[in-house]
Amino acid sequence: MAMQDLIIEYIKDEYLEEDDEVGLDTPLISSGIVDSFSMVSLKTFLENKYGISIPDEKAAPEAFDTVRKIIDLVHEFNPDAE
Amino acid sequence: MAYSEKVRSAYKGLIDGIRNDGLFKEERYIHSEQGVEIKVEFPAGSKPRDVLNFCANNYLGLSSHPEVIKAAHEGLDMRGYGMSSVRFICGTQDIHRELEEKLTAFLETEDTVLFASCMDANAGMFEAILTAEDVMIADRLVHASVVDGMRLCPAKHDTFKHSNMEHLEKKLQEHQDARYRMIITDGVFSMDGDMAKLDVICDLADKYDAMVMVDDSHATGFIGKQGKGTHEHCGVLGRIDAITTTLGKALGGASGGCVSGRAELVEMCRQRARPYLFSNTVAPVVVAAANKVMDIITATTERRDKLEESTKYWRAGLESAGFDLKESQTPIVPIMLYNAKLAQDMARDLFDEGVYVIGFFFPVVAKGQARIRTQISAAHEKEHLDKALEAFTKIGAKYDILGKSKDDIVAKYGL
Repeated sequence: MAMQDLIIEYIKDEYLEEDDEVGLDTPLISSGIVDSFSMVSLKTFLENKYGISIPDEKAAPEAFDTVRKIIDLVHEFNPDAE
Repeated sequence: MAYSEKVRSAYKGLIDGIRNDGLFKEERYIHSEQGVEIKVEFPAGSKPRDVLNFCANNYLGLSSHPEVIKAAHEGLDMRGYGMSSVRFICGTQDIHRELEEKLTAFLETEDTVLFASCMDANAGMFEAILTAEDVMIADRLVHASVVDGMRLCPAKHDTFKHSNMEHLEKKLQEHQDARYRMIITDGVFSMDGDMAKLDVICDLADKYDAMVMVDDSHATGFIGKQGKGTHEHCGVLGRIDAITTTLGKALGGASGGCVSGRAELVEMCRQRARPYLFSNTVAPVVVAAANKVMDIITATTERRDKLEESTKYWRAGLESAGFDLKESQTPIVPIMLYNAKLAQDMARDLFDEGVYVIGFFFPVVAKGQARIRTQISAAHEKEHLDKALEAFTKIGAKYDILGKSKDDIVAKYGL
């Protein structure tokens, strides 16, 4: 599964209710869909899945606000991740 | 760095931002004791007016109870005003230990330690008992003070969807490699008024070898047939490892909180919890009054029984008027309005009608979930409830939301 689809699937499963939809540019944290306190599980998921370690200073809520930004963040630490 | 004009104007800008976002909190000055009939000066500078209070955490109506006030006076006379010390130097009186023992007996736990507030109890407890080898798994709607306490603790943290037991089970399975697991939840959730499924949570804790921590601030004194709290209501007395709760709501409403639970966990808090070690002891006057509160609620369930009946009456009245209510079995009865401005406008109009309530909206509650939260007290009499129902019905009709579904309200006012 492509990274975009995998991340969207994780977010829907982890944070959303059944009828909620999320796209590449849906604001997640600034819109209140995901609260910054709960974001840690997404960070752990990305680290385990893509073999990266995201330092705290890079793990600001803004960096996780859309699926597009999350993909950019993963690529910053693992440019070959797909 | 001096407090220069540049710094001052930066802070002014931040405050203006809060105001422009509609999040500026204003205090209302109350010119009377806490109770159902209060005198409120709002806006500041206006003549205080008589209103009915439907937004206090005064669930048992003990905040200004004559016996509690008398006990406070006696405490002041017998044990003085302040202690000028933390607990472990020279800040523990006989009455502090007496209160801890009464709380232990009431909550049916092993031991209790007092804190200056439940915020302090939550801020200090996790760090005192867990390490980086452990994991805390919290309901996503736990109180802000629990979130802060978890942030101060080096243990890993994770969350589960609100009251979703399948999701909690998945998380417990994921974290089997941690040394200790602690499931963390509120007993009664303050914004929705719903209760944690503590029976299921305790079963999952047994199955996956986890401890259970509950903040029962919005339950102690009145939830459960004897008012012991959510653990009594759910039939899990003796199975909760750590309960935090407050003296600042049903139990007299002054100040103070506690951790009550397994003897060793409580002892670790005495030895290591920083808010316990480095903040002043709860004032003798508060402790003396709280001891009386414990006597009152242990002697009779009359007040919590009345609260239960009044809550049913209030909910039935609002439902029959056509309001859209959150499901709950507690004295927290949220009236759903979804739109933030609508919640604020209705709260203002209700104040003009003599009913004091507050509108809550994002970020206090999720976006699109704005509401007026009403809270019932054992001090509310039927005539108070009827007068408030009349006011709510009048204002509900003004905004044309009576009998309307969520979709209707959202279609009219937006999210």
